[in-house]
Amino acid sequence: MPVTTIADREIHVDDDGFLTEFEEWDEDLARTLATNIGIPDLTDDHWKVITFLRSDFQQQGETATLRRVSTIGGIPTKSLFQLFPKKPARKMSYVAGLQKPKGCI
Amino acid sequence: MKRILILGAGTAGTMAANKLHKKLGGTWDITIVDQDEIHYYQPGFLFIPFGSYRPEDVIRTKREFVPKGVNYVSGNIATLDPESNKVTLADGTELGYEYLIIATGTHPTPSETPGLDGPEYGKTVHDFYTFEGSVALRDALAKFESGRLVVNLIEMPIKCPVAPLEFALLAESHFTKLGTRDNIEIVYVTPLDAAFTQPVAAKHLGSMLGDRMIVLEPDFYLERIDAENKKLVSYDEREIDYDLLVTVPINMGADFVHEAGLGDEMRHVNVDHHNFLSKDHDNIFAIGDAANLPTSKAGSVAHFAMDVFVPNFVNHVKGLPMEEEFDGHSNCYIETGYNKAMLIDFNYETQPLPGKYPVPGFGPFSLLKESEINHWGKLAFKWMYWNMLLAGRDIPVPSHMMMAGKDRSAA
Ligand SMILES: Cc1cc2nc3c(=O)[nH]c(=O)nc-3n(C[C@H](O)[C@H](O)[C@H](O)COP(=O)(O)OP(=O)(O)OC[C@H]3O[C@@H](n4cnc5c(N)ncnc54)[C@H](O)[C@@H]3O)c2cc1C
Repeated sequence: MPVTTIADREIHVDDDGFLTEFEEWDEDLARTLATNIGIPDLTDDHWKVITFLRSDFQQQGETATLRRVSTIGGIPTKSLFQLFPKKPARKMSYVAGLQKPKGCI
Repeated sequence: MKRILILGAGTAGTMAANKLHKKLGGTWDITIVDQDEIHYYQPGFLFIPFGSYRPEDVIRTKREFVPKGVNYVSGNIATLDPESNKVTLADGTELGYEYLIIATGTHPTPSETPGLDGPEYGKTVHDFYTFEGSVALRDALAKFESGRLVVNLIEMPIKCPVAPLEFALLAESHFTKLGTRDNIEIVYVTPLDAAFTQPVAAKHLGSMLGDRMIVLEPDFYLERIDAENKKLVSYDEREIDYDLLVTVPINMGADFVHEAGLGDEMRHVNVDHHNFLSKDHDNIFAIGDAANLPTSKAGSVAHFAMDVFVPNFVNHVKGLPMEEEFDGHSNCYIETGYNKAMLIDFNYETQPLPGKYPVPGFGPFSLLKESEINHWGKLAFKWMYWNMLLAGRDIPVPSHMMMAGKDRSAA
């Protein structure tokens, strides 16, 4: 597992740069991760998504899909595309410090 | 007598009824319910549009595959009350159980996508995931001589996830044979970031699309269909025009699963991925496509899973521990046209890799590589399905995935 330094901290990531250790994430790191992918400010709406993703991950053991964030988390898919443009599934999980949702098989 | 109730007499429910009848018949009362008297061979829906199967090739009655001694009840399952162990049918019939097996599958649900279920459905907008859909598409393809064919997958998971790719490849070969290929553009539109989910297979399949001049549009998350103007519109406002659209509607489990609180966001039953027991109730199992297993939803998977499910179920009802563990084994033929097919074999842990199957080094089937013999394997599957699989007869391939015969270095 590669180790990288983000915001002066050593963190474990996979080959695509997604965090692999749930506990290594905090809100400051999220801001840095967001800036890395072109989201300079995390608004309340972003935090709503991030908070849902992290608590859902703790219960389910896997990262929620866009559909799960919309039906269970109550955040419409359209908004997810506005908050995390182009590749919301990847971007939201990156900022939330989770693995990208497994492409369902 | 204590009662086992099986919901759904499709691939998985029918196999379970046959196998459990052999093990527990006489000591347990076994009942199976379905809303439909016809058993469709669903893999055949892929071939009807191209005229290579006739509609009658995919139809048999459900009852002929259910053993005598198992009660067959015809009816639509309206509600399930897991607290009082009771199922109610739409006509008011109540069925009680000690153990419940949910095998109601997953179904195309066009109403989930705005614009899909309108007046153009069956005219310029089609699917091949239902019997009626595949027959209507056959008639539409017969008249389609020029323009843009868009093949689209709206959202994962769907049953037989390779089917839309197969459709695109078969269409390419079909138009080439008819001599219309030069006038027809084929575009494959998917929400995935590549042709398929699994990296090595995605690379092979992606380059095959390229070789066959099928345009790949990845990362397209469909919001709605503008059927009047013949456009697909994504959530990030990209638009793709079509003349003929072949889509796979969102697949969802049964409503009663959702209403009973047993399902995930796609109405697939939350189960233990290794033994199929519901996460919420100790006397409810889900098998086949109805379960939310992180592997392909396919008849082959339901078949492999049966070897784990049956001994576990028999132990569980006797109060013994469940000893078998399912590994997510899946095995899918991918028709690629020109009388050839590829084969992929994988499980929860191992993605599809190149190699030989089922005998390491010999085959006769080639993994992740096109061959004519793979194509005959796919066609032979229909005979196996009707004559061996449904009746619960053993097929001489191992139910757990084997690494032998696979090329690890390709991963
Ligand atoms: C186009 C296409 C191609 C495919 N190709 C392949 C292939 O090549 N190889 C492969 O292995 N698999 C393939 N499959 C997938 C395969 O057909 C399914 O995975 C398999 O049939 C699943 O079995 P099941 O018993 O879980 O569900 P099903 O066989 O779908 O059975 C579910 C049953 O439940 C009944 N039911 C549902 N809801 C209710 C209700 N409320 N009340 C009463 N009854 C109800 C239905 O009538 C149905 O009979 C393909 C599928 C399609 C659509």
